[in-house]
Amino acid sequence: MAYDKFDILTSTAVPLPIENVDTDQIIPARFLKATERKGFGDNLFRDWRYNQDNSPKEGFVLNNPIYGGKILVGGKNFGSGSSREHAAWAVYDYGFRCVVSSFFADIFRNNCLNIGVLPVQVSPEFLEKIFRAIEADPKAEFEVDLSEQSITLLATGEKEIFDINGYKKSNMLHGFDDIDYLLNIKENIREFASDRPL
Amino acid sequence: MAVKKTLFDKVWDSHVVQQIENGPDVLFIDRHMVHEVTSPVAFLGIKTRGIRVMYPEKTFATADHNTPTINQHLPVADPLSANQLKALEENSKEYGISYWGLGHEKNGIVHVVGPEYGITQPGATIVCGDSHTSTHGAFGAIAFGIGTSEVEMVLATQCIMQTKPKSMRINVEGQLNFGVTPKDVALYIISQLSTSGATGYFVEYAGEVFRNMTMEGRMTVCNLSIEMGARGGMIAPDEKTFAYVKDREFTPRGDAWEKAMAYWSTLPTDDGASFDKEITFDAQNIEPMITYGTNPGMGIGISNGIPMAESMDGGVATYKKSLQYMDFNEGDSMMGKKIDFVFLGSCTNGRIEDFRAFASIVKGRQKADNVTAWLVPGSHKVEAAIKEEGILAILQEAGFELREPGCSACLAMNDDKIPAGKYAVSTSNRNFEGRQGPGARTLLASPLVAAAAAVTGKVTDPRELMEPELAQ
Repeated sequence: MAYDKFDILTSTAVPLPIENVDTDQIIPARFLKATERKGFGDNLFRDWRYNQDNSPKEGFVLNNPIYGGKILVGGKNFGSGSSREHAAWAVYDYGFRCVVSSFFADIFRNNCLNIGVLPVQVSPEFLEKIFRAIEADPKAEFEVDLSEQSITLLATGEKEIFDINGYKKSNMLHGFDDIDYLLNIKENIREFASDRPL
Repeated sequence: MAVKKTLFDKVWDSHVVQQIENGPDVLFIDRHMVHEVTSPVAFLGIKTRGIRVMYPEKTFATADHNTPTINQHLPVADPLSANQLKALEENSKEYGISYWGLGHEKNGIVHVVGPEYGITQPGATIVCGDSHTSTHGAFGAIAFGIGTSEVEMVLATQCIMQTKPKSMRINVEGQLNFGVTPKDVALYIISQLSTSGATGYFVEYAGEVFRNMTMEGRMTVCNLSIEMGARGGMIAPDEKTFAYVKDREFTPRGDAWEKAMAYWSTLPTDDGASFDKEITFDAQNIEPMITYGTNPGMGIGISNGIPMAESMDGGVATYKKSLQYMDFNEGDSMMGKKIDFVFLGSCTNGRIEDFRAFASIVKGRQKADNVTAWLVPGSHKVEAAIKEEGILAILQEAGFELREPGCSACLAMNDDKIPAGKYAVSTSNRNFEGRQGPGARTLLASPLVAAAAAVTGKVTDPRELMEPELAQ
């Protein structure tokens, strides 16, 4: 489905300074049983966020009202593991529009781009700077500018440029998705398929 | 002189419908597998757009992720799982897709049944909304997991948009040691590269070890490619591949077979083709492996101690958090650790060869009293072979029961959940926190290591229970 346009996002951020956050943590398999795409945010980081009796776990960042915002900042190798797009849906449904890390797992990155959540890969040094800025001031604001491909720590003006492929960038700026594109070249696909042996 | 190409280049390049400038390639997909969990929202998507499935004959549906592994003849008790299974059945029917649901004789785990029926073929592009789709790379196919938006793309247009990944060749040379299986080779490679060491790459496995490996073994290795971050892994098709593929339900016959063989024979990487990265390991350095932490890169040779945090490359806090979850200490020996559960199965190790290996150790022994064992064949075909080959009798004599096919405790979407705090030696693919049930602690290992644990009740070196002369 087409999604929200992404241009400039100014927000506080939620820090999760853990490496190798896998998609089973982002959303455990037992919550993948829906046949529609809604309500996944309730189970975002379910087992880190809640005890088995469903009471909130003290100390987990999403249960700490000091932190909030539309940007989630994770440690290196964020989103490894399963291909479940539900992980990206949960991140989106909870209210995040951007995930920042120094390294993303491939499928999670693609899934985010396909639903309109912007994955921003920064250097390990800049990631550390972000974590420190939030630690010093949980209300620290960041600006993510997709046109300019930059992320800025507004308090100090420190900025880093990030990569994104031009096609995906354009899609996100306009809120287009890949299926819109593919449906437009269906005749080319049909012609290509006519020669295939399989 | 012609450009030297890799196996991966040859298959990828022949499937590019269009190259988008400064963007991804439009890649044509030959085979699309779907299961109940990652497909319903994709079907809903095409329904909302008011479009049909473009090539229904290229999509194959099977139910596996949340199916029960006992009493499959009864209605599925969990209403949410039942609803997902019903959605898959209805969507398959509405769009004319072949559907192997619960109770169907061809039902099984998507990555086990694909090869069994010849849906998986060399040189093909194969996708599924499941990261272990990399399994099919064992046949020289480009096979990888996709998200649900991409499932929708394939249903709608038989294409997805992908940026061509970088290439990596991993060679393992020499002869494998006694008691070392394909699972150990894969866990060893992952332990060396880490859980993100191959992210951004597509891997080709080459060298003597993979040439000598059976198709089942190659599937196990390719299956685990995603656990080091690679999108997929593949092995050049050879005589073993052709022999496996021949005469299966969906493989070509007659002239078409000859033509296909001629084409498949051109696929192996050209001499002198270059890779973005190349690594070589010595088979002699690999021993039976076991994991001690909460990602598949945290594996060691079974006779080694758990590494010290300082020796790890960065992320000391994450490492300590992981050991705390497992309730293990740095420097601990894995051998002798008491375990509670054993799981034999999954798309990694749920094929007939895995049951043969397990049976070779439990034969004439008894299941330890403190162990609950779940033995889950990957498909009905595997289940039938277990019975025909007399393996079931061996398992039963040793005090084990056989369950019905499905993904089961690998991801614990059904009732096969390891209880909180319990230890499971598991032949599956992921030891993430809670993967096998909230609070469950997973030790990934080969079917031989799982069998040794099942009869001794603790982590045991399987070589102690094996007859050397029967090793090969």
